[in-house]
Amino acid sequence: MAEQSFDLAVLGAGPGGYVAAIRAAQLGLKTVVIEREHLGGICLNWGCIPTKALLRTSEIYHTLHHLDEFGLSAKEISYDPKKVVERSRKVAKQLSDGVKFLLRKNKVTVIDGAGKLAGKGRIAVAKDGKAVADVVAKHIIIATGARARSLPGLEADGKLVWTYKEAMVPPSIPKSLLVIGSGAIGIEFASFYRTMGAEVTVVEVLDRILPVEDEEVSAFAHKQFEKQGMKLLTSAKVTKLDKAKDSVTATIEQGGKTTKVTVERVISAVGITGNVEDIGLEGTKVKVEKSHIVVDEWLRTGEPNVYAIGDVVGAPWLAHKASHEGVICVEKIAGLDHVQPLNVLNVPGCTYCTPQVASVGLTEARAKEGGRKVKVGRFPYIGNGKAIALGEPEGFVKTVFDAETGELLGAHMVGAEVTELIQGFTIAKTLETTESELMETIFPHPTLSEMMHESVLDAYGRAVHI
Amino acid sequence: MPIELKMPALSPTMEEGKLARWLVAVGDSVRAGDLLAEIETDKATMEVEADEDGTLSEVLVVEGTEGVKVGEVIALMASAGEASPAAERAEPKREMREPAPAAAPRAVQTSAAAATAQPIKPVALPSGGKATPLARRIAAANGIDLNALSGSGPSGKILKIDLGLPPVTPAIRAAAAPAVEPPIAYGPPPDVPHAVIELSSMRKTIARRLSEAKRTVPHFYLSIDCNLDPLLALRQQLNADLAETGVKLSVNDMLMKALAVALAEVPDANVQFAGDRLYRFERVDISMAVAVDGGLITPIIADAANKRLSVIAREAKDLAARAREGKLKPPEFQGGTVSISNLGMFGIKEMLPVINPPQGMILGVGAGEKRPYVINDELTVATVMTVTGSFDHRAIDGATGAQLMGVFKRLVEKPIAMLA
Repeated sequence: MAEQSFDLAVLGAGPGGYVAAIRAAQLGLKTVVIEREHLGGICLNWGCIPTKALLRTSEIYHTLHHLDEFGLSAKEISYDPKKVVERSRKVAKQLSDGVKFLLRKNKVTVIDGAGKLAGKGRIAVAKDGKAVADVVAKHIIIATGARARSLPGLEADGKLVWTYKEAMVPPSIPKSLLVIGSGAIGIEFASFYRTMGAEVTVVEVLDRILPVEDEEVSAFAHKQFEKQGMKLLTSAKVTKLDKAKDSVTATIEQGGKTTKVTVERVISAVGITGNVEDIGLEGTKVKVEKSHIVVDEWLRTGEPNVYAIGDVVGAPWLAHKASHEGVICVEKIAGLDHVQPLNVLNVPGCTYCTPQVASVGLTEARAKEGGRKVKVGRFPYIGNGKAIALGEPEGFVKTVFDAETGELLGAHMVGAEVTELIQGFTIAKTLETTESELMETIFPHPTLSEMMHESVLDAYGRAVHI
Repeated sequence: MPIELKMPALSPTMEEGKLARWLVAVGDSVRAGDLLAEIETDKATMEVEADEDGTLSEVLVVEGTEGVKVGEVIALMASAGEASPAAERAEPKREMREPAPAAAPRAVQTSAAAATAQPIKPVALPSGGKATPLARRIAAANGIDLNALSGSGPSGKILKIDLGLPPVTPAIRAAAAPAVEPPIAYGPPPDVPHAVIELSSMRKTIARRLSEAKRTVPHFYLSIDCNLDPLLALRQQLNADLAETGVKLSVNDMLMKALAVALAEVPDANVQFAGDRLYRFERVDISMAVAVDGGLITPIIADAANKRLSVIAREAKDLAARAREGKLKPPEFQGGTVSISNLGMFGIKEMLPVINPPQGMILGVGAGEKRPYVINDELTVATVMTVTGSFDHRAIDGATGAQLMGVFKRLVEKPIAMLA
């Protein structure tokens, strides 16, 4: 087979890989991206995007049940699960086609197949067991992503016990559902299925749901989910799943007591494991620890000219982090000046449950570790005109500042549309503004964003509308 | 449509510069290729040429303005044949940079007519804006001089991390932050008549880089005496042979060659410290310190170990001449793997030079002078020169430095070897 040579080969076309490839092409590198399944990766095909399509359905469905408040009425509200899933798949397809177009527009070569490192600067690509390409590249970026972790005894079977993948294309909405794990993925599905009418129980091994978020946010979300009728068991563990024909009985340990819950379906969302197998890492100096590739600040592995980005290098497992790492890695390869390593404290995180959760930087507890003095501001949705008008009076915006320097250490939000607001604080953090620039910024009225302003003002005892 | 004249990038890494002087006035007609202005970067002064014919209709950045960003519109020009460009122009697109005191006269011309009447005066603009708000605040609180730092952020912005303070992770924070010596700006002693001399870009760069070197680089110094007579004899012989070509070798040219050959032999001294790694160079590029009006500059003899002496001599002469005229291009003085500084011509016996960061060593050369000297247990008189290497101890250890100095001495005393 004729070998094809490139400046850069990217293994995997998820949000890390395809963005890295496009950036490389912009910088004049002859680039190839090798993808075994879908352009756009899990994010676009089985993650971020199709779940947002599903959650939009549940949001509208929820609003339909509260029409009276807005002076509207509707009869015989119902849904067709097949159509709901179809829309979600259509959205994913449209965006995947978009990635294909973008890669073509940027003259990135796309090879359909599974790539495997095959000696220095070489990747062998096979499709259905047949060799399809022999790629030679000066630089190689591994962007193979991650998949759902499976715990012994709680393995997904795709029928009764689902991972995110099956949960995304349900043939029908189960009457009852157990979600194991209350991170972003678990909580989003719990929220979707609860709104669509399922009885949902969430089991979290740590002492609170959404454990990476600020404690106040976790507590607030907990209360809201309970109000919606969700059952939340924290400091609890599923020890066993007994499968019947069309149901599962879970054994749950909590506080020394054992209970049994019988549900139609189980979703396992207990974490992520890196896709490090079958990509030819054996015999290279690429180091793998706890199923993730070890890299330095410039995403270099132990093997010269081999890099890794995104989920395969570890937490936070977020599409935008993967994309950003792709850009850093490629710009460094191209020798650009002023490339900054990723600062994980400037990576925002969003969870699209109801209410939405969004945050960036340190939680109040982490900021205070070691005796640092902080100033904390809070502003509730109930004090915001737009929130009231929208009929969304639940939620708050919290900001944490370093009392000495005025550095914005963290921002934590829960409530309607916070996922669209958090970038304001992310920009502030990236530009290293202090409280004073944020106070001087004019926020438009009436918007939810005014709460961000008020929260900053509150941290310094200057909030106006509270 | 007026033609926008933009601040040019005079080197690939240039981000901003000082608009030192306008060479044309508003209303002047300009032909393509005419010189328009002089731009000063931190080390060089360069001229900007016109790309097209036209008439200078408006100056947007007055001379003397520092920190003009590459790509910023500095003037408007009416293309040849265009009638009254200034009058046609709508609201200025660009936000004018306003000097702080209202009393300072704005020297920006708004029409061709007014141009001839008022001379353009330089307006000194406050520096700053090169650091993030957080970095500015922390620097102020800790007495850190932002002008002494280079930024790692977008467009060279100084970020919090560039201040070099310990990271504010909770665990580390418990330990007291090391006190940072605030650079104190003393006022002049009372009643002493004095002149105030504003620092040139070059002076500021020297101050910043050498402060950085002395503050962050642990120097150690190794001195050795060399018998210069064999080298002087060889020089005389070579110069006699070269007389027809017009090339004349200086002692310094030969010392540069000796240093380069010595470094090729001891590559562990041709290194650069970079935090978590070292760079060991496979080529010796010598930065030679040249005193110029208002400071010094270090043009580079690239790959000096592999260049013939006559080539080094010709390049050194040309670089030094253009350095004194301020006509070096940035690639000619940016880089270099080691430096050499020679104060022998001033009769200095011994000098301990400051390392030129990020390089790992610099050689200071004293005067060659007749001194009592012992050769084969016999006291004689020889031309002896003391040279001192300053080394970055993070990258180079004493034994390596000593080895380099030994090889250098051997080459100076048996100079024929460096021609091999």
